[in-house]
Amino acid sequence: MKTPSIGALALGFIPFLAMCFTVPLWDRVQPLILGLPFNLFWLILWIVLTPCCLWGAYRIETSADRPTGNG
Amino acid sequence: MTPAATALTVMLAIVAVGTAVGFLAGSRQQMDLEEWAVGGRGFGAALVFLLMAGEIYTTFAFLGVSGWAYSRGGPVLYVLAYLSLAYTASFFILPQLWEVGHKHRMQTQPDFFNSRYHNRYLAGFVCVVGILASIPYLQLQLDGVGIIVATASFGHIGRIPAMAVATALVIAFVFANGVRAVAWVSVVKDFLMVIAAVAIGIGIPLVHFGGIGAMFAALAHARPHHLMMPGATRNLGHSWYISTVLLTVAGFYMWPHIFSATFTAKSADTLRRNAVVMPLYTLTLALVFFAGFATVLILPHLQNGDLALLTVVGRTFPAWFFGVIGGAGVLTAMVPAAILILTAATLFAKNLYRPLFAPTMTDQGVARLARAMVVLLGATSLGLAIHGSSTLVSLLLTGYAMVTQCFPGVVLGLYWKRATAAGVFMGMIVGVFTAVSLMSAHLDPVGGLNAGFVALCINFAVTVAGSLATPARASTSVPELT
Repeated sequence: MKTPSIGALALGFIPFLAMCFTVPLWDRVQPLILGLPFNLFWLILWIVLTPCCLWGAYRIETSADRPTGNG
Repeated sequence: MTPAATALTVMLAIVAVGTAVGFLAGSRQQMDLEEWAVGGRGFGAALVFLLMAGEIYTTFAFLGVSGWAYSRGGPVLYVLAYLSLAYTASFFILPQLWEVGHKHRMQTQPDFFNSRYHNRYLAGFVCVVGILASIPYLQLQLDGVGIIVATASFGHIGRIPAMAVATALVIAFVFANGVRAVAWVSVVKDFLMVIAAVAIGIGIPLVHFGGIGAMFAALAHARPHHLMMPGATRNLGHSWYISTVLLTVAGFYMWPHIFSATFTAKSADTLRRNAVVMPLYTLTLALVFFAGFATVLILPHLQNGDLALLTVVGRTFPAWFFGVIGGAGVLTAMVPAAILILTAATLFAKNLYRPLFAPTMTDQGVARLARAMVVLLGATSLGLAIHGSSTLVSLLLTGYAMVTQCFPGVVLGLYWKRATAAGVFMGMIVGVFTAVSLMSAHLDPVGGLNAGFVALCINFAVTVAGSLATPARASTSVPELT
């Protein structure tokens, strides 16, 4: 079994930081952005950015120097 | 036709089409026990995506989320965060789990505990926890069907007959062809759900306010605190948000049916790629939030938040469209119910009854017992749904508080060689006991934190301490899991 690399874990931690632990910083209504309350806008933004972080993690996990397989 | 008759006809047609798709898919195949339960390990990325999505976009997402946006406000935002973060966490757990499962031919969660910890009583306890946590989840789906049919028929069909018919259909699905049928019904359901979400999320604010931006501007002016935490509640603040997100992220893949769905993937890489794209699917859920928040100003005095979405849909759209949304909603409840009943029944027969009470039972005997359990579990959940009175969200969070207690055993089992059966067993018992006592004493949230999360932390501590205090098995006598 292959354990995840540090780089992939660091990229995976970014969405946790943005959507969970920093909630007191972004839980407000104003300013309304694109017509949405700021907290709702922030979460929707990160729903789109999370796949970007995971795409990076995917590239790291499947790169040539980390051979896949059952090892 | 009267509006009730129109809505009901459209809704029944959609349920009939969805059911027919289920019965036609794979009905020619003769399946053995493994084939019946995990679809032969041959699903591609697209079908796995739909299978996972079908299980995730449940009655909770459809009625429960809009209901909480309406009745609680800001705290409901935890749902948007936990789904994305559950996929993020899955990127680092499921591929590893799949590799181990593939190597040791695992089908279920107790299979994992048995292979990793070599203790059939621990595996049996995991079964019991999984089956018990499944019951409120199943009850939630049936409650949803009852609410949808009763509302869409304008009260002409009661919730009890509606729930009884839905239970019978779910059992028939499972009998006809196992999980493959459910995957194809899920195709129909997901297609309708996206249409329904776009229509209600954009249509309701447009009809009543002239647009989503105008709706939020009006709400931010009239009820600004409703949009933030703790919203309309007193005790669901930021610490509750963080602890609930962490609890539900940890618990998400611990549901027995979602755990076993992992093993149906074609490869570990399929699961990694799914984890990358799945958060995008939650974007459609934001539309359900728009509808729920819009209802705050449109219908300010509803008694039951779970009815908010359907009530406002009925006031906004023509009857036939109400029928489309009702039909999608019923399929949305039936798909996860079918998968859950199948998983819980297989767990009982294969992982609880046979290893502990009837070691000589044949595979055919286990399959027969599993089918009998499908009927029994369906009837039990129906009975509970008829007599129960909890809201949809509290049913789900009760199930989460229980099922998440399997998380330390899975994660430490994968990544910490020193974790022992005794440690995990003690941790789970203490965790389940803490969660059940806090919730039944109505101490949730406790000190601003989600009670299930507090139980999970205690579980982790006991598991680690217990593992260090008990001897590791001599590595020579243990076949390495990895």
